[in-house]
Amino acid sequence: MSASNLHMYVMIAPLLTAFFVNLLGRRSRAWLAPLTLGSLAFSSLASLVVLGRVVRSGGYRYTVGNWTPPFGIELVVDHLSALMLVLISLVALAATLSALKSAEQELPGREHLFFTLYLILIAGLMGLVLTADAFNLYVLLEITSITTYGLIAMGKGRAPLASFNYIIMGSIGACFYLLGVGYLYLMTGTLNMADIARILPDISGGAAVATALAFMLVGLWVKMALFPLHGWLPSAYSLAPTGAALLVAPLMTKVTIYLMVRVMFSIFSVDYLFLQNPLVQSGIVWAAAIGIVCASALALAQRNLKRMLTYIIVAEVGYMVGGVWLANSTGMTGALLHIVNDALMTLCLFLAAAAIYYRLGSLDFDRLQGIYRKMPVTMAAFTVGAFSMIGVPPTAGFFSKWYLILGGIESGHWEYVAALLFSSLVNAVLFFRIIEIGYFFKSGEHHGHELREEAPLLMQVPLLISAVALIVIGLGSGPLVDSVIRMALPGGF
Amino acid sequence: MDYQTSIWPLAAILISLLGAIPIMLSGRSPNLRESWTLLAALGKVAIVVALLPAVLAGGGYEFVIAEVLPGVPLALRVDAMGMFFALVASILWFFTSLYSIGYMRALKEHAQTRYFASFAVAISATIGVAFAANLLTLYLFYEMLSLSTYPLVTHEQNAEARTSGRKYLTYILGTSIGLALPAMLIVYALTGTLDFKSGGILAGSGASPQVLGLVLVLFLFGFAKSGIMPFHGWLPAAMVAPTPVSSFLHGVAVVKVGVFSILRVIFHIFGADLLLDVNLGVVITSIASITILVASLVALTQDNLKRRLAYSTIGQLSYMILGAGMLSAAGMTGGLLHIAMHAFGKITLFFCAGAIFVAAGKKYISQMDGLGRQMPITYLAFMFGSLSIIGMPPLGGFISKWNLVIGAVSSDQLLLLVVLLVSSLLNAAYFLPIVYRGFFARAADPVFDEGIREAPLFCLIPLSMTACASLALFFYPDIFLRLAQLALFP
Repeated sequence: MSASNLHMYVMIAPLLTAFFVNLLGRRSRAWLAPLTLGSLAFSSLASLVVLGRVVRSGGYRYTVGNWTPPFGIELVVDHLSALMLVLISLVALAATLSALKSAEQELPGREHLFFTLYLILIAGLMGLVLTADAFNLYVLLEITSITTYGLIAMGKGRAPLASFNYIIMGSIGACFYLLGVGYLYLMTGTLNMADIARILPDISGGAAVATALAFMLVGLWVKMALFPLHGWLPSAYSLAPTGAALLVAPLMTKVTIYLMVRVMFSIFSVDYLFLQNPLVQSGIVWAAAIGIVCASALALAQRNLKRMLTYIIVAEVGYMVGGVWLANSTGMTGALLHIVNDALMTLCLFLAAAAIYYRLGSLDFDRLQGIYRKMPVTMAAFTVGAFSMIGVPPTAGFFSKWYLILGGIESGHWEYVAALLFSSLVNAVLFFRIIEIGYFFKSGEHHGHELREEAPLLMQVPLLISAVALIVIGLGSGPLVDSVIRMALPGGF
Repeated sequence: MDYQTSIWPLAAILISLLGAIPIMLSGRSPNLRESWTLLAALGKVAIVVALLPAVLAGGGYEFVIAEVLPGVPLALRVDAMGMFFALVASILWFFTSLYSIGYMRALKEHAQTRYFASFAVAISATIGVAFAANLLTLYLFYEMLSLSTYPLVTHEQNAEARTSGRKYLTYILGTSIGLALPAMLIVYALTGTLDFKSGGILAGSGASPQVLGLVLVLFLFGFAKSGIMPFHGWLPAAMVAPTPVSSFLHGVAVVKVGVFSILRVIFHIFGADLLLDVNLGVVITSIASITILVASLVALTQDNLKRRLAYSTIGQLSYMILGAGMLSAAGMTGGLLHIAMHAFGKITLFFCAGAIFVAAGKKYISQMDGLGRQMPITYLAFMFGSLSIIGMPPLGGFISKWNLVIGAVSSDQLLLLVVLLVSSLLNAAYFLPIVYRGFFARAADPVFDEGIREAPLFCLIPLSMTACASLALFFYPDIFLRLAQLALFP
């Protein structure tokens, strides 16, 4: 393998492994762990090398098989996509450690099927962040969605129904996106994003282009569950098998936010998006702000840890969409930084939830009494994740929120500032409610002492790493912003 | 002013933070655990005192922990004002640690390991606030203090304690996230920095008086640990905590972190000159005056001793804010000095309340008639503490109140003089009857109260020492006076 196409191997490793997992894992489940972990560890290392190279010597474009664009497949490896690649592979690696344990418990005999889909999903996500082609993006989006439908449907109880619900909504979203791409193809005759961007300024037909943009955005918003298009997400994520939620919850919405950024700034211009239609720009920030408030309020009504977390995810989507549409560099910095931070804190909280579920078999609030005494390590990490969600410094969550709020102040979008503050307060209520139940209610009043019963080591290790990462990334957010995020800002910022 | 780079400010914070780890690990052996606490407390005092000479000489130390936001690192700086507060907090932590041991063991409290560990984290956060070099760092440690004191408030784990803990967090986190955080962001958006500078950073930012007023009010209410009305409700509720917590955290560390943060903002973010220019001092003094008078009146009506002390604290905290709001040299000095003077006085009073509870099991003032004859040392100390808070010579409180009075007169704010005098009368009215009834009233139930003796030595020694310190501060206020002068007029 040559150094210049290392990013290809990052993506290919999990894709190829998926087939071996299916073939060998069918024989013996002993194959599962080395194969999945091996391929993801390789991807993680390789993606770090790719990011290092991009930071040192700048981004580049790559044509697969030397078929030149606009006909061949073009990949773009810049600061943003390299960062996303690192994020996806590391999060996937951490999630897999825990997922191996929970799949063993929840899906006995079907683990090889589970991990086949799981690895294809990871490869699809990596492809999504690399592609520079609007149609390939659609294809990969469907690959990730279809694998996710399958993974969710493997859950117990009403999971197939939730998955079906997601299929309907997801397909509608994909159709919208595809229609948008179709409009652009009609207007420009090409599907390569850079190509479209080059041709667009020269053609007349404002209505068609605007329609294309609107279709593509709405399609992506459905996929990322922006309020009020979020209806499918809470059930799908909370009924999915634990292992699937571990991977999907931290990554799927965040990657879709990335796609929105990519589509917006690789195809359309800053001038077209923000300056020519200030009303649209403000309107979207307003919608995001309202979405944040509503989703946070809905989270308050939940009595189950995982469902509560899913509504927080919906609120966080509003953070990032609003941040991007604030149309200033501070807000954009905040949105991109928040993609990283939110992925990590969602990972941390879902890993903790997985560990609790592994021991308790339930995540209802009234079952959580005395959980701190029973699982002190897990809950310590959970608390760090919770603080990050609330935005307590020096955890990572504080710093991206800082940029987002500052961006809101700079652009005078006080409704967005208020929504973020409101959501932080709601998060404080949500998590301290759990801390109060888990810590300060004396549990097991009949049995006296609650036995200490921690989750298996394989679940604790990634959890602790993710909790430490939240603090490290928080303290290191200065260098991270300077050397990666600032370079990743789209042209014009 | 030049600051040397040094790791010692960080060490002063970390010694108790890291001390929490062996404390948690040696939960099975209480004596070992308490040795760690005392060791960390002594170490902290030693480090802070070691940093003192350079500060008194007009210098200081700095340390940058991490570059987190453009123009705003996480950084520590030991300047005169920070040193002032750190000195008070670290010395009193040592006394409180001694006292805690006596109190917690005498009452056979549960979860003592958690208690001592949370305490250690809380004091780290307090020193962090004192040594913060900018508003972001201060905010970080402010939040850390809120979170680490929550388990202490909820210590009892019964329904009342949980409700109080909820109330505590709602007030403290609600205001800091909802008000102080946006205020901080607005300052950053206006100036691009959050550094504490003498003379302030907002001068010359071109912000309109309306914006400045808004930011000021957001800060005043945002740092609700100062107990400023109407965000004071958490303090009486937090009195469900064990008494050492009330005495140190809700008499000294937590509440004064609130006041200290407000004073930092007034002196080093706004700057007295800017506030004078736009005439915003009156906003500060009127909110503080209302709090002083209302809290003192409410204190009169409380029969629960700790709640009376809590309302007294609310009133006294606003003295400090009032002094700063006068914006005159003597007023600001008095405000800052009152942090120290009130701390030594109030911690003595709380220690006494705890000692009475340990020895006699009494919480209500109406049950304490004649108790002073059985617990003379405790009651003597209580008298010293009361007199200091009222502001009578020869106790430390006189010096700060004297400065406040001069500050009011010299800046021609005679209405504030009236507030100070009325409030001092009210202070006397709610404290002195307790002492009087303790010594001279006939006990309601002499048979039942027969066997009451003084509290254990671990309780008695700290409270005598802080009482003596209150006395000594009248005669030797030099160090604190010098630090206050250096902080305000470098």
